[in-house]
Amino acid sequence: MAQMTMIQAITDALRTELKNDENVLVFGEDVGQNGGVFRATEGLQQEFGEDRVFDTPLAESGIAGISIGLATQGFRPVPEIQFFGFVYEAMDAINGQMARLRYRTGNTMNAPITIRSPFGGGVHTPELHADSLEGLIAQQPGMKVVIPSNPYDAKGLLISSIRDNDPVVYLEHMKLYRSFREEVPEEEYTVELGKANVKREGTDVTLVAYGAMVQASMKAAEELEKDGIQAEVIDLRTVMPIDIDTIIKSVEKTNRVVVVQEAQKQAGMASQIVTEIQERAILHLEAPVLRVAAPDTVYAFTQAEEVWLPNYNDIIEKVNTVLNF
Amino acid sequence: MKRTLENIENQFETFQILNEDGELINEELMPELSDDELKELMTRMVYTRILDQRSIALNRQGRLGFYAPTAGQEASQLGTQFALEKEDFILPAYRDVPQLVWHGLPLYQAFLFSRGHYHGNQMPEGVNALSPQIIIGAQYTQAAGVAMGMKKRGKKSVAITYTGDGGTSQGDFYEGINFAGAYSAPAIFVVQNNRFAISVPVEKQTAAQTLAQKAVAAGIEGIQVDGMDVLAVYAATKDARERAVNGEGPTLIETLTYRYGPHTMAGDDPTRYRTEDLDNEWEKKDPIVRFRKFLENKGLWSEDQENEVIEKAKEEIKAAIKKADGQPKQKVSELIQNMYEELPAHLEEQLEEYKAKESK
Repeated sequence: MAQMTMIQAITDALRTELKNDENVLVFGEDVGQNGGVFRATEGLQQEFGEDRVFDTPLAESGIAGISIGLATQGFRPVPEIQFFGFVYEAMDAINGQMARLRYRTGNTMNAPITIRSPFGGGVHTPELHADSLEGLIAQQPGMKVVIPSNPYDAKGLLISSIRDNDPVVYLEHMKLYRSFREEVPEEEYTVELGKANVKREGTDVTLVAYGAMVQASMKAAEELEKDGIQAEVIDLRTVMPIDIDTIIKSVEKTNRVVVVQEAQKQAGMASQIVTEIQERAILHLEAPVLRVAAPDTVYAFTQAEEVWLPNYNDIIEKVNTVLNF
Repeated sequence: MKRTLENIENQFETFQILNEDGELINEELMPELSDDELKELMTRMVYTRILDQRSIALNRQGRLGFYAPTAGQEASQLGTQFALEKEDFILPAYRDVPQLVWHGLPLYQAFLFSRGHYHGNQMPEGVNALSPQIIIGAQYTQAAGVAMGMKKRGKKSVAITYTGDGGTSQGDFYEGINFAGAYSAPAIFVVQNNRFAISVPVEKQTAAQTLAQKAVAAGIEGIQVDGMDVLAVYAATKDARERAVNGEGPTLIETLTYRYGPHTMAGDDPTRYRTEDLDNEWEKKDPIVRFRKFLENKGLWSEDQENEVIEKAKEEIKAAIKKADGQPKQKVSELIQNMYEELPAHLEEQLEEYKAKESK
């Protein structure tokens, strides 16, 4: 075991898979010699060579497009989009193309591609770096979307994503890159895609969260405990497909739910989760399912992040509303 | 200040081997093709012209769906494909069904593609191709990736992809040729310039005097070819292929061609935007007429031979449509099962729902 930050766990997962499978290719803007703008790919080109880990021209659509071509030649591409706000440039190649490859070829071809990309607020990035756009990809049949919230999951989920034979968008929250260390096994292990994790057991209310909002929910749960309220915190880990079973099991126990996301209310995954709960567990609910989300504006100017981004106080407020409904 | 535009344009003169009368005007560049190969090329062009005529008729009868006419582009489509090897990978655009057929896609599957049946897109083992791309430009970046993959595998093969004149305005067009150039990947990028993107003439796409010169932006070789001259198209593609497999990188080939029919069979009416004069001018350049003259002069082609090809084509088309008719109807459960290797829970649930419906 070693103490690792999330970014180190990600590098470790990439190294593991580059070693395990010669078809794994890591590429993107500045991921080679430079080791990535966040050092996620540091040392990998030196270790595995330019044929396996390489820089690309500055063009997201091209990066995603070549991934599909490389996949037809039996490779397992792990491209990087430098910031997920730049995904719009690659939307056709992702949602219009790789998501559909297996289906459109009648299951004769597939796209075992893992797109890594940083996102997330609270670190004062310039425009279109921090936007939460997971909802756009999650609405595309054929895609999977993974968002780890800690170093242990980050490694296990990334290895699973790379080994998955269908395309995965793997989103890395920038605020979580180096915010804490955790024990991460040095050997390889996987965390199953599509499986949520109950981070904290509770009986009074269920908090469903992902990304940086998992930590915020854990902090809210600690505060709530001081008032004798036991919150159960579920970290989705994979936001598409959603682990409905784990959520419903928790709802049947607590009868109250708040879904927490960093994305704007009209975006993200919260609405989908609320709908699933009302379709499957309405008779277990003592109160409506409420959402914590950012306001429906464009992502905040840097200096407004603090007042704009959802935080643990917003979560506590919503929990009190559902408890007192 | 030195102006360079004219200098650049002068470097992209149209490459031609056969003139409109079927005479060799560039004998020294005549590709090495045996008599049998020359006859096979003609056979394919005639067959494909019949395929186009029958496809239009079948579409009008409602026996085919989406169809983008190909008449006029036989030299451009088949001359390029004829220069390929089996291991080469084709990334076609929506008009490029003939190349797939001659690369090994059974005709009945091409018809299923037209109708909208997934089996039409299931390439048989050993047919290296994707099904026709609807998103104009997407095939270009993907072709760069296929070619990079071949290079990494050490294969002596190429990726070839096609777009039209309108497609050269897309970002993916430029990104595709630029990526292939930066990695010196074995790709052949073909621009079939038939002068119109639906109703928009090529002059409205760009101020560039040739489309081949767009290769300059990627730092790769570009060549403009008479796309109604099958020998010139073949020679240009063969040359690009050789250079590609020898590690000399990609080539952009512009073929000057024309579609005699509408853009697609979905209600496009070319009389709204094309003049009769222009149609007449290009009909004189018909690639089949020209190549027929050439072969007849060499004593390699006769009316009987041509009629034989026509009859064969009609019979095979009839048989293929019949086979397509016999294809089982698609079920939602099959569409669901083609989504992922392992179905996520929500799709498992929907699969059960639809299986129950289908068993009623």
